[in-house]
Amino acid sequence: MESLTGWGRTAPTLARVERPATVEQTARAVLAAGPRGAVARGLARSYGDAAQNAGGSVLDMTGLSRILGIDLAAGTVTAEAGVSLHQLMKVLLPLGWFVPVTPGTRYVTLGGAIGADIHGKNHHHSGSFCRQVGSFDLITADGTVRTVTRESDADLFHATTGGMGLTGVVTAATVRLLPVRTSLMSVDTERATDLDDLMARLTATDHRYRYSVAWIDLLARGASMGRAVLTRGDHAEPDQLSPAQRRDPLAFRPATLPGAPRFLPGGLLRPATVALFNELWYRKAPRERRGEIQKLSAFFHPLDGVPDWNRVYGPRGFLQYQFVIGLDQEQTLRRMVERISRSQCPAFLAVLKRFGEGDPGWLSFPTEGWTLALDIPAAMPGLADLLNELDEQVAGAGGRVYLAKDSRLGPGSLEAMYPRLDDFRRLRAGLDPAGLFTSDLARRLRL
Amino acid sequence: MKNALGDAQSLLVLGGSSEIAMATARLMVARRCRTVHLAGRPSAALDASAAELRSLGAEVTVVDFDAADTDSHAEVLGKTFTDGDIDVVLLAFGVLGDQARDEQDPAAAARVAQVNYVGAVSSSLVCAQYLRAQGHGALVVLSSVAGERARSANYIYGSTKAGLDVFAQGLGDSLQGSGVQVLVVRPGFVHTRMTAGLKPAPLATTPEAVAEAVLDGLRRNAHTVWVPGAMRFVMSGLRHLPRPVFRRLPM
Repeated sequence: MESLTGWGRTAPTLARVERPATVEQTARAVLAAGPRGAVARGLARSYGDAAQNAGGSVLDMTGLSRILGIDLAAGTVTAEAGVSLHQLMKVLLPLGWFVPVTPGTRYVTLGGAIGADIHGKNHHHSGSFCRQVGSFDLITADGTVRTVTRESDADLFHATTGGMGLTGVVTAATVRLLPVRTSLMSVDTERATDLDDLMARLTATDHRYRYSVAWIDLLARGASMGRAVLTRGDHAEPDQLSPAQRRDPLAFRPATLPGAPRFLPGGLLRPATVALFNELWYRKAPRERRGEIQKLSAFFHPLDGVPDWNRVYGPRGFLQYQFVIGLDQEQTLRRMVERISRSQCPAFLAVLKRFGEGDPGWLSFPTEGWTLALDIPAAMPGLADLLNELDEQVAGAGGRVYLAKDSRLGPGSLEAMYPRLDDFRRLRAGLDPAGLFTSDLARRLRL
Repeated sequence: MKNALGDAQSLLVLGGSSEIAMATARLMVARRCRTVHLAGRPSAALDASAAELRSLGAEVTVVDFDAADTDSHAEVLGKTFTDGDIDVVLLAFGVLGDQARDEQDPAAAARVAQVNYVGAVSSSLVCAQYLRAQGHGALVVLSSVAGERARSANYIYGSTKAGLDVFAQGLGDSLQGSGVQVLVVRPGFVHTRMTAGLKPAPLATTPEAVAEAVLDGLRRNAHTVWVPGAMRFVMSGLRHLPRPVFRRLPM
């Protein structure tokens, strides 16, 4: 038995960890799961308890890590579920292809990307990850492997994309890729002086960029509440590169610093220290800069450069709260940012983004609207009440919170946020009547 | 499941009419807890507890449980675990007895021990088995500072709590690495029905304060909490007093 947590390092539970290396071994592990069931786990970047299963089995899928085929003509890759986006980038970039969607870390697996239906800075342009998934192989509760496409079984496809691993174990998938001519990014940076300015800028010009995100200072109060730094851009074209960069335009060499030390005390991130960081971060950003050439890793995955950065939050861990509410809910968003800013929540990793149209996954998170994500130390006083209040505002505005990041929502709030929940439950009851696939998240939310 | 902020969703109370247990249940229901099993001997007080928690929004089941009847524990408590995981088991039953009378009536003294110690050992072990299988959960054991050092005025009660305290510590250590937390709670004098009419000791506390301390201990994944916190240092002093001195203390 091993003690497992998510990336937030909260609420550890014990599970028997199986490490299958083949599809057959995975199917055997599924059938051998005891009364406490099983769930797949990838690189454990979900913040909460999605890939934990107290007292049961957890299938560590990182052993299924082969790229099975690349179709250069069609621009697709077929790979096993344990392959990470990092691995895909390493192989595909030199060939002139990029993953269609990448979240803030490359260290997520293909299976996890489907289970959480992840999104990236290009959501307003390209949708969520599963929009680019053509098909996947799924081991269901009876131990059989089925290849699922939108055409072959639309319900199972849409229940699995964003289904948090509760319909079965994804073992492989085929994904459409994005052609790129360089491995560098051309980035425009600008500052927004407050929340209204930020929303206005995102609304007016997001459509010009493939990628867009804004870092937001949630500790700023008064006139500068919601001040932000927008970074938006696209893959650079060869003619934008310097002669030195042009020699190897598709090179992929992400830099990595030494990791965070093993034992860091709690309480490093307090309102005072984070406010100082935020002040410097905001001041350091140029008021406006166009066409800066950045490394892909610096633009998409700055935190991947610091292995185990999650330890910065100390032994009590941290959680991330991400919600989305409709584009017409600007008043609600303003109220929520005010509430967070008033609480002096020491959030230094907070981002605001405008989502484009949502995808049909039944429990898929992104829907068109404003999404705000913030990291919060779990030891912050009054946090439970603050987040319960935010839940109510989100649900009241017809929005939802992101399950891949959630570690504390209650079952009542979930029903208000995900209208297809009943369909999801019905499908699972038919496909997996004994409830073999389950997780701490599923138990907590009575999924 | 306990969430990232340490809030539990389901609670099993052994000793469902205990005031400390009710104060704890009330607090938990106000947070995230939706499922409560109240185990105790059928009584009006137990039904009233259930009704109150229901009015706060919890789904409450009442379980007919007799701490002294150890033979029934496996079956009675086993059933409560079949409806879904239990995040927190709160062992709150106990009788104070009447020291002066019980010294004259050894059978009555034995009953205090039968409930407070024997019944607690048996029911804790039954629950620990299920918690271990769940791979998560907490067992909260209400001990007492009375178990820290015997006083001539309440050594029968004190000795049962001493036994229970040591038992719970050992159980906690044996469950190390199983995902299960055992939290030993050592309150000082608590104003309740059980202590009504007794002269309050210094640092006397309330059921609500004990409840707060329990929740805080659960959140911190602690193995021991004292209520109030200063009790720890008071008792540490008292524990080291030589017997001839301790005997002369006016308590």
